[in-house]
Amino acid sequence: MDVVNQLQRQFIDYSASLHREGFLDDQFTQLQKLQDDNSPDFVVEVASLFFEDCEKLINNMARALEQQQGVDFKQVDASVHQLKGSSSSIGAMRVKDVCIAFRSFCEAQNREGCLRCLQQVTHEYSLLKNKLQTLFRLQQQILAAGGSIPVVE
Amino acid sequence: MATQTQFHVLAVDDSLIDRKLIERLLKTSSYQVTAVDSGSKALEFLGLNGENEDEERNSSVESVSAADEDHQVGVNLIITDYCMPGMTGYDLLRKIKQSSSFKDIPVVIMSSENIPSRINRCLEDGAEEFFLKPVKLSDVNKLRPHLMKGITTKNEMQSNTNKRKGSEEIQSPDRTRPRYNELEVV
Repeated sequence: MDVVNQLQRQFIDYSASLHREGFLDDQFTQLQKLQDDNSPDFVVEVASLFFEDCEKLINNMARALEQQQGVDFKQVDASVHQLKGSSSSIGAMRVKDVCIAFRSFCEAQNREGCLRCLQQVTHEYSLLKNKLQTLFRLQQQILAAGGSIPVVE
Repeated sequence: MATQTQFHVLAVDDSLIDRKLIERLLKTSSYQVTAVDSGSKALEFLGLNGENEDEERNSSVESVSAADEDHQVGVNLIITDYCMPGMTGYDLLRKIKQSSSFKDIPVVIMSSENIPSRINRCLEDGAEEFFLKPVKLSDVNKLRPHLMKGITTKNEMQSNTNKRKGSEEIQSPDRTRPRYNELEVV
């Protein structure tokens, strides 16, 4: 089963790089451990929910920050708080870290700072989305080749 | 011994992702799960829509414990997020503890924010545990003793005699002394 081994090796290496580069933290590993035969698509499902959530919240933040008559920073903060929570729950470390900085700017009512963070969070989200899609594609390939997905510690 | 084969946990969280996560964690631990997205939905599920239901239950000795099979809803533990729009997890905790039918159901609070005063208030007002998010399997493992205590309490109420084998010593939880999970009180 050379193909499977190759794919598994790729998966492990890619996973490790995502952790090393800070895209994912231990919480993502926890999610992978919770996946089993009863719930084989758990991680993909949670990731999908996360991306939907990201898009919705980023739009909310953008709209709130656009307000010419005065930004409602509480509203922005509420969205950032939610995003911070979701990213923490899925193990999206870099997104979470931007959210932490973002909240400080909300508190300081610093519109420029908020806009910068919004840009960063959008960037991090789309990077992560691409990387996870690659990871999941590798997973699918492994399964299609009859192999099992290695659990990366 | 336990009269039920599976514990039923009611999970409350406005975040869809966190609901999915807690559901998976609980199911992995072989609990039956009902997940709702608000405190009011939780109360609705329990049948605590208003004061009336509560008064009706007051007169019935049989249905005091939520673990009772005769009860419409058998909930053995409630785990709730703290920060929710409308009714917070703390508000929900208070309502549960004020209910004669449900005050003995263990309540656990989850929060993404580590605020000692918040944590203490919840513990002092009757929460059994306070978990910091993201909740892990090791946190969920801490639920079992609280669930087992509920079974024992029920047996005690039903029979008044100590027929249990190898049970832990039964005592009402010391609510005045806050308990911590690796948290520091400032």
